[in-house]
Amino acid sequence: MRPLTDDETKTMFEKLSKYIGENIKHLVDRPDGTYCFRLHNDRVYYISETILKLATNISRGKLVSVGTCFGKFTKTIKFRLHITALDFLAPYAKFKVWVKPGQEQSFLYGNHVLKSGLGRITENTNQYQGVVVYSMADVPLVSWPSPFTYCPLSNQISQHIALPLHILSIIQSNQSTYSPPPSHTVHYPIKSVNI
Amino acid sequence: MGRKLDPTTYVKKGPGRKSRKQKGAETELAKFLTDEDTAPKRLSSRSRKRAGKRAQVTKKPKESIEKEEPKKGFTDENSEWLKPAKRKREVGQSDNEDDSDSQWEQEEDEGQEGGENNKGKKLLIEGDGDDDDLVDDYGALEDSSEGEGEVDGDGEELLPIERAARKQKKLQEAMGQESDDDDEDDDKRTSGDEDMDEDDTVQANLDEMDKFILPGAEEIAKEGVLLVDLQTIHQRIKDNVDVLSHFATKREEGKERTEYLSLLKKDLSTYYSYNNFLIDKLLDIFPVSELIDFLEANEIQRPVTIRTNTLKTRRRDLAQALINRGVNLDPLGKWSKVGLVIFDSSVPIGATPEYLAGHYMLQGASSFLPVMALSPQEGETVLDMSSAPGGKTTYMAQLMRNTGVIVANDASADRLKSVVGNIHRLGVTNSMICNYDGRQFPKVMGGFDRVLLDAPCSGTGVISKDPAVKTSKDESDIQRLAHLQKELILAAIDSVNAESPSGGYLVYCTCSIMVEENEWVVDYALKKRNVKLVQTGLDFGKEGFTRFKERRFHPSLKLSRRFYPHSHNMDGFFVAKLKKFSNTVPTTAVEKDGEEETKPSEAVEVTADSSDEDGPSNAGSKNKSKKQKPVPGKPAMSQKTTANGKPAKSIGKKTTNPSTLKKNEKPTGPKKAKIAKMDGGTVKVDGELKKSNTVKTEGETTKELKEGSRFEKKGDKQRKSPMQSKKRMGKNKFNKLKKLLKKEEVGQ
Repeated sequence: MRPLTDDETKTMFEKLSKYIGENIKHLVDRPDGTYCFRLHNDRVYYISETILKLATNISRGKLVSVGTCFGKFTKTIKFRLHITALDFLAPYAKFKVWVKPGQEQSFLYGNHVLKSGLGRITENTNQYQGVVVYSMADVPLVSWPSPFTYCPLSNQISQHIALPLHILSIIQSNQSTYSPPPSHTVHYPIKSVNI
Repeated sequence: MGRKLDPTTYVKKGPGRKSRKQKGAETELAKFLTDEDTAPKRLSSRSRKRAGKRAQVTKKPKESIEKEEPKKGFTDENSEWLKPAKRKREVGQSDNEDDSDSQWEQEEDEGQEGGENNKGKKLLIEGDGDDDDLVDDYGALEDSSEGEGEVDGDGEELLPIERAARKQKKLQEAMGQESDDDDEDDDKRTSGDEDMDEDDTVQANLDEMDKFILPGAEEIAKEGVLLVDLQTIHQRIKDNVDVLSHFATKREEGKERTEYLSLLKKDLSTYYSYNNFLIDKLLDIFPVSELIDFLEANEIQRPVTIRTNTLKTRRRDLAQALINRGVNLDPLGKWSKVGLVIFDSSVPIGATPEYLAGHYMLQGASSFLPVMALSPQEGETVLDMSSAPGGKTTYMAQLMRNTGVIVANDASADRLKSVVGNIHRLGVTNSMICNYDGRQFPKVMGGFDRVLLDAPCSGTGVISKDPAVKTSKDESDIQRLAHLQKELILAAIDSVNAESPSGGYLVYCTCSIMVEENEWVVDYALKKRNVKLVQTGLDFGKEGFTRFKERRFHPSLKLSRRFYPHSHNMDGFFVAKLKKFSNTVPTTAVEKDGEEETKPSEAVEVTADSSDEDGPSNAGSKNKSKKQKPVPGKPAMSQKTTANGKPAKSIGKKTTNPSTLKKNEKPTGPKKAKIAKMDGGTVKVDGELKKSNTVKTEGETTKELKEGSRFEKKGDKQRKSPMQSKKRMGKNKFNKLKKLLKKEEVGQ
């Protein structure tokens, strides 16, 4: 287990800031202690310092996991966020999409959010902005491959769109740790963007 | 190019195959059966005999005879004694007679014609026949099939049972010497019964029928060769158990209890598919009637239960959400606030959105118990030594509200993946997951407030989940597991910090009901370490055994709890909660030579012999097990150096050492030499081996100890403070010791 290098930190924070903006410092300095990110076997773990101290007792080969896994670095040093990070990012998300009850299930099982299913959306959501999807009860929704979606159409544009079926949030095809990712087909109207 | 249809050879086709099927098998059969029939079948030898007898008796309805042609009963040598229960309806007749009443009536009429008889009745038409439906009709069929109309004096129709009674009575007269070794309805009785009233006869009939006669050796041998009907065995088991429960009254003269028991064992293994070893073990644990319940309970599944994850939701809300999805559930019981039992569900329980969101976990009810017993508090450091698949770990985390630290360990890396998955899914943030062998644990990390050890076991409590256990376990498996469990429990105890302000507890649990894996292991731990049993906090469940066969356990074992599938409707389980009251490791109390031995506290830590020389790094699990062995061999030494804080005392002890040594067991092998060196010079030993001392100390990784030892290191050179003592000296230290001694004497 080692602390993240500068480059890694930068990459990761960039990704995180797409969803939570500058609130990253809230992740680190919490009222119940300081938390930090540590890298172990290419995965980034988010742990409090108390656990950190104890975790140093465990040898590297034997340590499997600490605290919460936020995501992992791929072989090409890209950072992929995991589903397990949702609980921590959701409170600080800058742009949120609320989904109607009917659309909830559909989103949960991996479908994109259509405009018809949109309950609310934060204002000024830019195109391709990373958003977190909530149910109407403000429960962050954990969708099947990944809860992290991005908005292919900006808020302003979407208001003008008449058709109810335009895709409004596309699920980022990240990996989730406890369910297999389905194969995704992107419907409409999208340019694929690397986030 | 088509088929050429020849109108001359045209066959009229009736309804097609499928529509014929719809009408039923009868129509199909009718085609085939029409040809056979009416001509009287040639009787088999038995049938002929029967017919002969019947002719004497004169009361048989012909139909029944004819229909009895298919040979009833066992055609082999067992037929004499192995009689299946009689059917209420005869085989042949069942096709034609829908109504058994009509059968009665018919026979009754015919019987009336004939009058009394039954002399020859005994015969086995009834007995041999009707082996298909084994229904215990208390002889009613037997009587009815004879076709005697039972009408009592008033001309009223008798109930079948009454008829049966009468017939039985007559039968007995006729029975003569026929010996039935089987436990079925037949029975031998003297003719004295004839005199009894009808009422009495009925009563006597019932008694007689309960009479269970052991098959003789020959019959058993025969049985061994030929396959026996499971129904028979089941019946035999029931009767056997009945006899054993009321042995004095129901036993057969001249037969010992052991004979009944051995037959029962054999039958149980056959019927429930257990191996002999396991049946023996189970018979030791349970009384016979309870054993049957237990075995039956193992055949069916326990209900599915889930545990609400209170980190994310409440039980109320979860129940509501699941009910909305179409799940039929109920709270688990008064004893749990987070459990729910699922009766049935239209959606897969393991795939609901709530499950994926981590609102609940599928967990057996018995797995709630050890965590409830342990009750980890917020902010504590807890170790779960065998945590896969993570149910108990996550339960502990939710009880601790994600504060403190949980270390989830498991020896199997594959199964750890499930722990990781579950921990992340349920939103546990305060955990560390590692992959050690549990026995190494105090070396890796110690000083936990609480430890949970769900030891790997034989699984005899969860046979309903894994029937392979029935046949795969034997003596060596159990012994190996018991050995492993003993090592693990000692490691677990050593990982607990006795001086923890809020804890110092260890919960040992297994999903097995074997005494070797449960009470014995806990008893072993009580002897080897400074722990004591405390209340588990579970107010239901059977108490653990304090004695078992030839073994006697510590009386506090009754604070542990056993759970059984048949009495608590959860998997078989054993839970024991231990409190560690001192961090020091006692030397064995094997030789209680008086003074020092009786003081467990302040005892010297056991130091492994060879490990000292090898250096601190080797102190570890292997040594632990070795330590146990040398300990008995070196009680004298340890006692010698056991100090109550006063050098003088220890010196005093020292002088007594040689004498005590002689009294005590002789240590084997290399220890002997070392012990010899020890004579007269324990002080020096203390000083020299302090380093290894501190490392060896199991579970004593607290700073204080270290400081103390460091302090002592220095102090030793001047004065020995025999808190820690080393029994073992290295080689060639004799001279040094001598010098030290002289110094001390001079110093004092």
